[in-house]
Amino acid sequence: MRSREDLGINIIGHVVMGLFSLMCVIPFVLLIIASFSDELTIVKNGYSFFPQKLSLDAYLVLYLKGAEIGRAYLISIFVTVVGTVVSLLMTSMLAYPLSRRDLPLRNFFNFYVVFTLLFNGGMVPTYIIYTRYLHIKNTLWALIVPSLLLSGFAVMIMRTYFSTNIPPSLIESAKIDGASELRTFFVIVMPMSLPVLATIGVLGALSYWNDWFNGLIYLTDSKLFSLQNVLNRIMMDIQFLSSTNMGNVSGLTITKLPTETTRMAMAAIGVIPIFCAYPFFQKYFVKGITLGAVKG
Amino acid sequence: MHSDVGVVSTQKRSNSKKSKVKRYIPLFLMMAPGIIYLFINNYLPMFGIVIAFKRMDFRKGILGSEWIGLENFKYLFTTPDAFIITRNTVLYNVVFIVLGLIVQIAFAIFLNEIRPKRISRLYQNLIILPSLVSMVIVAYLVYAFLSVSTGFLNKSLFPVLGIEARNWYSESKYWPFILTLVNVWKSAGFGCIIYLATIVGINPEYYEAARLDGASKWQQIRHITLPMLRPVIITLTILNIGKIFYSDFGLFYQVPMDSGQLYDVTNTIDTYVYRALIKLGDIGMSSAASCYQSIVGFILVLVSNFIVRKLDKESALF
Repeated sequence: MRSREDLGINIIGHVVMGLFSLMCVIPFVLLIIASFSDELTIVKNGYSFFPQKLSLDAYLVLYLKGAEIGRAYLISIFVTVVGTVVSLLMTSMLAYPLSRRDLPLRNFFNFYVVFTLLFNGGMVPTYIIYTRYLHIKNTLWALIVPSLLLSGFAVMIMRTYFSTNIPPSLIESAKIDGASELRTFFVIVMPMSLPVLATIGVLGALSYWNDWFNGLIYLTDSKLFSLQNVLNRIMMDIQFLSSTNMGNVSGLTITKLPTETTRMAMAAIGVIPIFCAYPFFQKYFVKGITLGAVKG
Repeated sequence: MHSDVGVVSTQKRSNSKKSKVKRYIPLFLMMAPGIIYLFINNYLPMFGIVIAFKRMDFRKGILGSEWIGLENFKYLFTTPDAFIITRNTVLYNVVFIVLGLIVQIAFAIFLNEIRPKRISRLYQNLIILPSLVSMVIVAYLVYAFLSVSTGFLNKSLFPVLGIEARNWYSESKYWPFILTLVNVWKSAGFGCIIYLATIVGINPEYYEAARLDGASKWQQIRHITLPMLRPVIITLTILNIGKIFYSDFGLFYQVPMDSGQLYDVTNTIDTYVYRALIKLGDIGMSSAASCYQSIVGFILVLVSNFIVRKLDKESALF
């Protein structure tokens, strides 16, 4: 009786979760198959899981247009690496002093951080301050600085980690041994905090790699576009693919540029790095969600 | 060694207040970049809210521009847009919160029960995939299914089923469902992690005792799992209600591909502000809508946090 019930919920679980898992995978499969399809087949028969004809034309175009796509790719990588490193440094250097019980004005600074989570100036003042006063428009800064560099949540998560995992006696004894605050922080505190640094770093890197919003509002110069911005432009504006002299690809046997498949190939190269890296950062991603969910 | 510590700290304590502050200068310097960043990125825009009450003239700057009181708001609230964007933002959020709650808790319970564990972990890893990609990519995936001339539904599936092709990107009646589906699809995987973590943490003795008393699996879920999840459910829901005036810009802008024919059901406060500001360059309208969102959003966050604080102090933001 009991085991039959266990079996019942197990079977329902497998059916529901199995179906939903399929729903989560199938769109990506369709995307990748489409990128390997023949352009004319797609124009004629639409996207299909079993295209009549396969082709590498889309990837050939990406390869021949290597300079354009390559630049967008490099910008995405640059922004992700620099953004994540700077963000981790700034976040931990703000969180560590806040975790110190002896810090003067500790309550004031804590409130200063928390208040940014409660009240938000909104998009218009933010945009005007960044463009009119800080002149960030059409610079690489636009992809790194606005909104992504430091979040109050990350500071709070790190602060909690520091205050529960770094014994004050350790800091005290480092001080007695003559270590400066900076040295204590980099040589003792940081190495002891690798799990939380990895967690915040993974979430930060993912949000930099996936960000398209900053590019959308602060960039009009397509030379500075990250991969996400290029994808966004191609989607919203079919002309874009042919206008940025991506249209005249010499040496390609087909007369028309394979726009449908090229789009899908570009989306595929945007997704594949994340999926490949996921097994390595999965642990920290899940940890980050568990920590951030309640405080998020 | 121990006595050394005592001596040093007594000396420190007896030092003057000035040198105490001096001792903390390195810590303040460490904090400076973050503090300055928050000032620029968060605090300046908070003061910038005054733009909504001014006739913005960039030659005069924010401070020099002329005050016009509530004129911008009057314009905004005489348009039908004000009602539509508020309705859309709030209604979508309500649906997302309720549906998300049901789906995420159900998934967490299933993932906890499913045997073998190996398969359960596989499901967990697969359903998290959508939350790893950007809304731009999601828009591509949706487009592959819905594209009018080449989409999988119109070209491959519907002909087989004998259903007529649909003009997805110009018929607004489908979009409340599409957007809800996309939202559930994208958020279920990471949303259920927190519930799963709570379930895994429940003391197994409760379940053993229930089994000895002859409780069925469903009874165990109803009388042990759900009550144990209650604090998390309440906290997360109230915090979500606090964010009910904000929408996922990507979902409402990217996924419908900014199609004008769909604005009636896809325009939210965030997309409205974006279009008024960037596409139309209308500072008055956009700043009024943006300010409206900030103020109401702030009140909602304060109220919801106040309630959470009453129920469970640990989970509150402040």
